Amino acid sequence: MNQLTEQTLVTVTLPESSPERSGDAANRADDDSVFSLRGVNVHYGSFHAVRDITMEIPRRQITALIGPSGCGKSTLLRCFNRMNDLITTAKVSGSVIYNGENLYDSYVDAVEVRRRIGMVFQKPNPFPKSIYDNIAFGPKVNGIKGNMDDLVEQALRDAALWDEVKDKLKQNAYGLSGGQQQRMCIARAIAVQPDVILMDEPCSALDPIASARIEDLMTELKAQYTIVIVTHNMQQAARVSDRTAFFTVEVDEARSSRTGILVEFDTAQRIFTNPSDSRTEAYITGRFG
Amino acid sequence: MTQLTPMLPGPEPMSLRGSPRRRRKERSVHVVLLSAALISILISVGIVYSLVGNAIDFLQKIDLSQLWTTGYFPRRGLFDLKTLFIGSLLITGVALVVAGPIGLGAAIYLSEYASPRMRRICKPILEVLAGIPSVVIGFFALTWIAPNIVQRIFSQSGTFSLAAAGIGVGILIIPIIASVAEDAMRAVPLALREASYGLGARKITTSVRVVLPAAVSGIVAAFILGISRAIGETLVVALAAGGSGGSVFTTDITGPGQTVTAAIASLSFGSDQPAGDDAAFQSLYFLGIILFIFTLLLNLAGDVFVRRTRQHY
Ligand SMILES: Nc1ncnc2c1ncn2[C@@H]1O[C@H](COP(=O)(O)OP(=O)(O)OP(=O)(O)O)[C@@H](O)[C@H]1O
Ligand SMILES: [Mg+2]
Repeated sequence: MNQLTEQTLVTVTLPESSPERSGDAANRADDDSVFSLRGVNVHYGSFHAVRDITMEIPRRQITALIGPSGCGKSTLLRCFNRMNDLITTAKVSGSVIYNGENLYDSYVDAVEVRRRIGMVFQKPNPFPKSIYDNIAFGPKVNGIKGNMDDLVEQALRDAALWDEVKDKLKQNAYGLSGGQQQRMCIARAIAVQPDVILMDEPCSALDPIASARIEDLMTELKAQYTIVIVTHNMQQAARVSDRTAFFTVEVDEARSSRTGILVEFDTAQRIFTNPSDSRTEAYITGRFG
Repeated sequence: MTQLTPMLPGPEPMSLRGSPRRRRKERSVHVVLLSAALISILISVGIVYSLVGNAIDFLQKIDLSQLWTTGYFPRRGLFDLKTLFIGSLLITGVALVVAGPIGLGAAIYLSEYASPRMRRICKPILEVLAGIPSVVIGFFALTWIAPNIVQRIFSQSGTFSLAAAGIGVGILIIPIIASVAEDAMRAVPLALREASYGLGARKITTSVRVVLPAAVSGIVAAFILGISRAIGETLVVALAAGGSGGSVFTTDITGPGQTVTAAIASLSFGSDQPAGDDAAFQSLYFLGIILFIFTLLLNLAGDVFVRRTRQHY
């Protein structure tokens, strides 16, 4: 531990169990992966946004995607639940294998995919409805059986929001603070009992205290869920993630193209203390990006 | 600092005061714009004043029981209000039954389902429909809708019917409802749709349970505009409803009837044109005032509703 701390390039406190656990993860067999990406490419029209990504996302761990703006983190994240389908120009090739099935196979229904793989967005996006109706929306549209009041309460408890909102469930969700709204969005995602939660910069619109609460929440949630998070905050990635993927933009001046590539994917411990690629080191020490 | 003292001569203090010509010009612009505003207010006040004056004259000329009789026959001194009001309501109701689902369906399609290409093709077509003169629709209602739709469904129906006119008015207000509702739905931020899709909702669920409620104030506005237009529509009713000669009180949409606006029209130029200084002529003003109050209330109600349900994203 001591030795590691000395080598740490950014000042962070790593979770106690991090070394062992992420060491574990690095050696996990493939069947412990929730996702296996094989040669994933994403184009927006003729623009090649992300090139040839191959990586494994371990189950019940937090995987962080980091890298400079425009390197395609959001684009890649949106491949995990076929959210890119909503952008008419986006084309995904390669395979995103989720529990043995390729999400981009023609027989796959994107709606079924998103029901299992939830998403939390950069800006809190509550529906203009009551807190209760926000949480109940997912279970209702998915036909989840059970007592709705209990479902709502459980989701809000899991998102560490229950005590703050239990007396105003019928009030419009816009009345909540930004941090509360974001935790409500997490609760809303949890309420459909997904398998994976994708988070695209969930704390970037929040103050440090609200961000810290979300980080705590993520650490609690990984007991039950697989989490993939995009973040610009290096400390955050180092604090919460078990594995970290560093992406960068490859600029081809001749063809004036900017393509996102995966540089290095390893345990957070290694990425933040002893990265093997000089570009990773430059980025996390703040010399680039 | 020293330059600000008044003792100092030179251009600086002058330039602060600005040119007197420019200030005169600004004052005259102000006066011109103010008079434009005043003129429009004066015109409105004048119209209301003459409406009220003539309406009071009318009410003094007649016996009040003439306002509540068996039908609307101005030349016979029968000014039954409920005939016209129910007529207007029936026309509006039929129009909404036609235009509500079609307009809203078109709005949902254009905003949520249509590809950008399809939208580029469809929107102008919708606008063409909005540009068809109402006299054409009235004629179409009389010569095509009445025999081919109304008489097929209600065999007892004749050449003229409130139903045929109502369907015609409905066609007229489809573009209004569709385009205002579509604008409202398109203004709903993408983030809400993403939230919904991210929870495993289908497109139809997202459209109906997220986008539609979020756009509710605009959709209410669309319907209020449609209703205002339906109540105000004159020519389609005058041509197709068959009430120009007057109408007995009816709630039967398969038969002929009369509305407030069509009654005003036929009184002023049609077969009902009264001779001389008859009460019939002044009843026009009375009807006008009632119509005025009616639409005013409708707009107020719409306003209250829009404000109460307005969502901030
Ligand atoms: N809808 C789109 N249409 C066309 N190009 C897009 C679209 N969305 C993203 N891009 C492009 O794809 C590239 C990757 O974008 P992406 O949003 O995935 O980057 P990012 O790593 O998430 O950046 P940031 O950290 O700023 O969020 C960028 O060059 C961007 O301009
Ligand atoms: Mg992004």
